[in-house]
Amino acid sequence: MLSNLGIKKSRLALGMISVLALAACGSDNDSPSSDVEPTPTPTVTSVYQVTVTNLTNAQPFSPVAVILHSEDKLWEIGSPASEELEYVSEGGDNNFVLGLPFVEVGESGVGLILPGASESIEIAIDDNDSALISVATMLVNTNDAFTGLNAVSLAGLEVGESMSFRAGTYDSGTEANSEAAGTMPGPADPGGEGFNALRDDVDFVSMHPGIVSQQDGLSTSVLTKQHGFDNPTAKISISRVE
Amino acid sequence: MKIRNSFLAGALLTSLSSVSQAADLTIEIQNLTQGIYYTPFLVAAHTPEASLFELGEAATDELTMMAEGGDVSGLVSLVDGLDGNVAEVQGELTAPGTTRTFMLSTDDANTALSITAMLLPTNDGFVGLDNWDIPTEAGTYTVFLNAYDAGTEANDEIRGSGAVGEAGMPVPPPLDPLLGSNGTGVTTEEDNETVHIHRGNLGDSMEDGGSSDVNSTIQRWLNPVAKVTVTVQ
Repeated sequence: MLSNLGIKKSRLALGMISVLALAACGSDNDSPSSDVEPTPTPTVTSVYQVTVTNLTNAQPFSPVAVILHSEDKLWEIGSPASEELEYVSEGGDNNFVLGLPFVEVGESGVGLILPGASESIEIAIDDNDSALISVATMLVNTNDAFTGLNAVSLAGLEVGESMSFRAGTYDSGTEANSEAAGTMPGPADPGGEGFNALRDDVDFVSMHPGIVSQQDGLSTSVLTKQHGFDNPTAKISISRVE
Repeated sequence: MKIRNSFLAGALLTSLSSVSQAADLTIEIQNLTQGIYYTPFLVAAHTPEASLFELGEAATDELTMMAEGGDVSGLVSLVDGLDGNVAEVQGELTAPGTTRTFMLSTDDANTALSITAMLLPTNDGFVGLDNWDIPTEAGTYTVFLNAYDAGTEANDEIRGSGAVGEAGMPVPPPLDPLLGSNGTGVTTEEDNETVHIHRGNLGDSMEDGGSSDVNSTIQRWLNPVAKVTVTVQ
């Protein structure tokens, strides 16, 4: 009973302080010479560890982009891909996605994630424990396939807790899935092209239809059944470590 | 006295359950594929004992009509006969990447939601949701759907008929310019004659001839093929 009362009192006291602080701010504005300084609020940093595991047989992932934001999405099924996303999906280049205007914090993986391998990327944000997180990486032995997460809310994820996702594969719809020599940046197509601003496909993001491969009847494909994939293609775990 | 009390209690229970079970639903269905069209959707609520299709069991005649030709009239009659609730059927195809919205008011007993539509171009492929428990709590719920094979027709992947028992794929106008012609046929057999997960299209890259009239780089898919967003008011 007593301790309950104590808690109530301290809450009241805190409420009073914030009212006082507001009043102080007000008077500060009115008279620039005032000596009253606003109480500094301590910065609270939220740190997340994002682990991406490549579940495919022979589709290395391009360096992963991990971004934190408060609004917007990285893509929308049925709508055209942004050019920034097209750089990832056609060429594995994440620089432009990391520089998107709505990105508050962005981190890049250090390099390719090979099939069966994982990479952990740490990302931190100040004074925001309910950001959205998006992740994108290209399946490099394709024309424009990518996997990742799109605007997943981190709200309610406490320190020590984690979430795990099985991510599907998307097609950015920006390049026809010809699988032809010279059109893909991965090792299955040495010297193949990455990003090309030309959009010669449906021009909307969808789930990926999968590759065909030469062995499955596409004679002009440089891919084999080894490069085939099914959903999911990535396991993505997010742990809040701080 | 005792009889009167229990009668009252019974009445109370009924009114409570009617509050929690009848629902107003908004159902958005998005085609997640890059190159597959859906025939008009059947969106229906029914009792949990009813079922439009069962994996591992032979398709009903009504389901076969839908899966081979996109005709949901048989399923609508079936659900009507079970005192189910059917959302207004919208007569157009649902193009890749697009979304269609349905409104459905359900009666007390109809606590299960089912959805079906045929995949084009296929012989008897369909997207399906079977006996999904409609949540009693207001909110927005997301379900991802897979593509099934009705197991009623060989997947020859060539132009043909949407009539039950006739070979080949129906080719309505929007699909016509997207398909090849004169394929020799991928197969004449259907090994699994029960409803099962569709193995996907083979297709080929030939406009004229080849084994299939399906375009292999465009008209394939991986699951899931549709996203359903249900809002319970």
